[in-house]
Amino acid sequence: MSAVSRRRFLGLIGAGAATAAVGATAAVAVSRDQADALADAVPFFGSHQAGILTPAQDRLHFAAFDLTTERRDDVIRMLRAWTDAAAAMTAGLEVGEFGATAGPYDAPPQDTGEALGLPPSGLTVTIGFGRSLFTDSSGGDRFGLAGHLPAGLIELPTFPGDTLDPARTGGDIYVQACANDPQVAVHAVRNLARLGFGTATVRWSQLGFGRTSSTSAAQATPRNLFGFKDGTANVKAEDPDANTSVWVQPADGPQWMVGGTFGVARRIRMTIETWDRTSLREQEAIFGRTKVDGAPLSGGDEFTEPDFGAMGRDDVPLIAMDSHMRLAHPSRHGGVRMLRRGYNYTDGSDGLGRLDAGLFFLAYQRDVRTSFLPVQQMLARSDTLNEYIRHTGSAVFAVPPGVAEGGYIGQALFEA
Amino acid sequence: MKGASLPGVLTAGALVALAGCTSNETTADNAIAVTSSDTACEVSSGQAPSGTLTFNVTNAGAQVTEFYLLAEDGLRILGEVENIGPGLRRDLVLAVPPGKYLTACKPGMTGDGIRAEFTITDSGADLAATGQFAEQIQQAADTYAFYVKDQAEQLVADTDDFVEAYLAGDDDRARALYAPTRMHWERIEPVAESFGDLDPKLDLREADLEEGQDWTGWHRIEKDLWPPVDYRPMSPAQRQKISKLLVADTATLLSRVADQTYRADQLGNGAKELLDEVATGKVTGEEEAWSHTDLWDFQANVDGARVAFDALAPVVQGKDPELAQMLESRFDDVQAALDQHRKGDGFVLYTDLSPNQVKRLAASVDALAEPLSQLTATVVT
Ligand code: HEM
Repeated sequence: MSAVSRRRFLGLIGAGAATAAVGATAAVAVSRDQADALADAVPFFGSHQAGILTPAQDRLHFAAFDLTTERRDDVIRMLRAWTDAAAAMTAGLEVGEFGATAGPYDAPPQDTGEALGLPPSGLTVTIGFGRSLFTDSSGGDRFGLAGHLPAGLIELPTFPGDTLDPARTGGDIYVQACANDPQVAVHAVRNLARLGFGTATVRWSQLGFGRTSSTSAAQATPRNLFGFKDGTANVKAEDPDANTSVWVQPADGPQWMVGGTFGVARRIRMTIETWDRTSLREQEAIFGRTKVDGAPLSGGDEFTEPDFGAMGRDDVPLIAMDSHMRLAHPSRHGGVRMLRRGYNYTDGSDGLGRLDAGLFFLAYQRDVRTSFLPVQQMLARSDTLNEYIRHTGSAVFAVPPGVAEGGYIGQALFEA
Repeated sequence: MKGASLPGVLTAGALVALAGCTSNETTADNAIAVTSSDTACEVSSGQAPSGTLTFNVTNAGAQVTEFYLLAEDGLRILGEVENIGPGLRRDLVLAVPPGKYLTACKPGMTGDGIRAEFTITDSGADLAATGQFAEQIQQAADTYAFYVKDQAEQLVADTDDFVEAYLAGDDDRARALYAPTRMHWERIEPVAESFGDLDPKLDLREADLEEGQDWTGWHRIEKDLWPPVDYRPMSPAQRQKISKLLVADTATLLSRVADQTYRADQLGNGAKELLDEVATGKVTGEEEAWSHTDLWDFQANVDGARVAFDALAPVVQGKDPELAQMLESRFDDVQAALDQHRKGDGFVLYTDLSPNQVKRLAASVDALAEPLSQLTATVVT
């Protein structure tokens, strides 16, 4: 019962900064019993925020928050509190001085407690800022940040076929919590939401139960709910162009975003029922890859470069002109790449006896205007996949760079 | 899930059950391995018992290859898989009666291919003679071609009437003609869609518009006839322009289908696509956002699918009688569900349906669509 002993241990030592390191070491030592790297902690502090170029975990809880305050100081205070809490939780520690089971007997516990006994589970907490943090809908300056709005933090146009639900779109601040244990991810969002009360409220949130991408060459490629390997040609941490594809560079500006990245989230419903009635021939033609191992239809194995010029019978391209891979491929978009980090989701059913299931698409890139935007414009127009998907939610956000211990996420912006 | 397969699913029948096992990772017990290189065509066995056969074809060469099972005369094709890229693997699944055959790999997709004799011994499996179906399929294709042309002709004629009323400002009459006229379109929609350019011109919904794209066709007029609040009606000149396009594009459709021919898989896939249309567009009320005449479209899609199925029915009957019977009865169920919402010559509006009624309609559509998706494989295998 190693889980129990860890729970007691943490409860006793609390989660002060000084003991944090000890707690983390203990957590690792205990979780080694299960001999599973998936349980380990991912460092929170650093020049980039974790949860982007770090290996994609299995579970997601993503949340969009609306600020209810009009005071800049409140926002800063919340970001400080979130930073401290995120640093503790990602290390496998409890939130607050007293944590979940200690402290005044007549006070509610500071940590909500459902992650007690669980290892860090690779938790990452990534915080991003929506355009509406900088300016309100009529262009007004909400928190004295309007002058620092990055030009790249754009509003997306309406793409053909969009059926966006306002209740799943937009927000002032976003939190992406990823972990290898769903309970740990939910615990993170829940505790941040709690710390935010009075300053921010949850606008919408989304659970993802399985990763649909790999962000490291060491990871096996997972499958999306269409049953295809997803993430094969993704930006991987080992790629020579990974850093310049993802992180805002000094020349790009604004200065406070250097080392940060721009995120796009799209909740994409899949009409899996009609998809499941589609022949294997059509399914493979739609993606331009084989279902069994994700090899391009031009031949080879999963990681063979597609040969878009390869012709089949009657000089018809082996990789169809309107296939997803061909349309999304960097060769069509000036070589620009994005890092995809999406998750499979199911949210119950739709009232017509069908599952509300799909892909919670997440992409990170140095500039949305040259990557997600043109790619999605092309996909929305021509992708044969469109017959089986529907975009139902959307978000664009600026992910500021990481911070060192003692700092808080977003500090460079508020001090810019 | 390696190696696991779900035999039978909903549609029983040996053929369908085996088709379920054709994942490239699995090898059906009686599968025959074929390795096609640039210079050789290795077939793991020169014979097999009659019944449903699976050839696992792997392309070990550097060129794109194809694999064929040919009749003894070396001319008639019983089955083929094409466009196998280097390193890829694909299955050929087919039902073959006893007799002498030829296998052929065709690396580079030219010439007669690398051939070898192949014998099917009599296993006692009950299989119809292969020649029998060819004629029935031809007949089905002819019947369907005639139907498509006939619907296109009626569409042209009825569109003229509709446009006349619309241009005369007789909006009541135009509204009355809108849904019945569109039914001719909806019955043959997959064919119209196959032309690529015509479908967006004639049937694009507002939600599918791209920024800056011109909106033409039926739904543009629909919005003008059932205007939402704050809508600016079209001027007579605008009506003139949009009507002219509608008539011209419809004429183009008729000319294109005039001598169009169809293959069995196009009939089968067309029927399936029509049901997909119902499932995603009509039963959700998305297609007719302003007129709410979705049930007319629903009926027309089902009509079109039924015609394709009926045309192919003799083939399905011969190959998988259980599937034929199931499709027959599920088509009847959908029709019965739809008939409950008839009103006058047409139907009630989508907005008059209760959530429960919509759910029941959706369930009947899904119940039909699932076995209908087996139609193509059954007919062409
Ligand atoms: C439900 C929706 C989607 C599904 C199921 C899906 C699935 C896939 C699959 C299976 C691949 C091939 C394997 C791989 O390289 O990962 C792929 C590639 C890709 N997808 Fe998607 N995708 C979806 C939406 C999107 C969207 C919205 C975008 C961006 C606008 C996008 C951008 C890309 C890119 C850039 C590639 C890599 C192409 C290459 O370099 O070969 N996808 N997607």
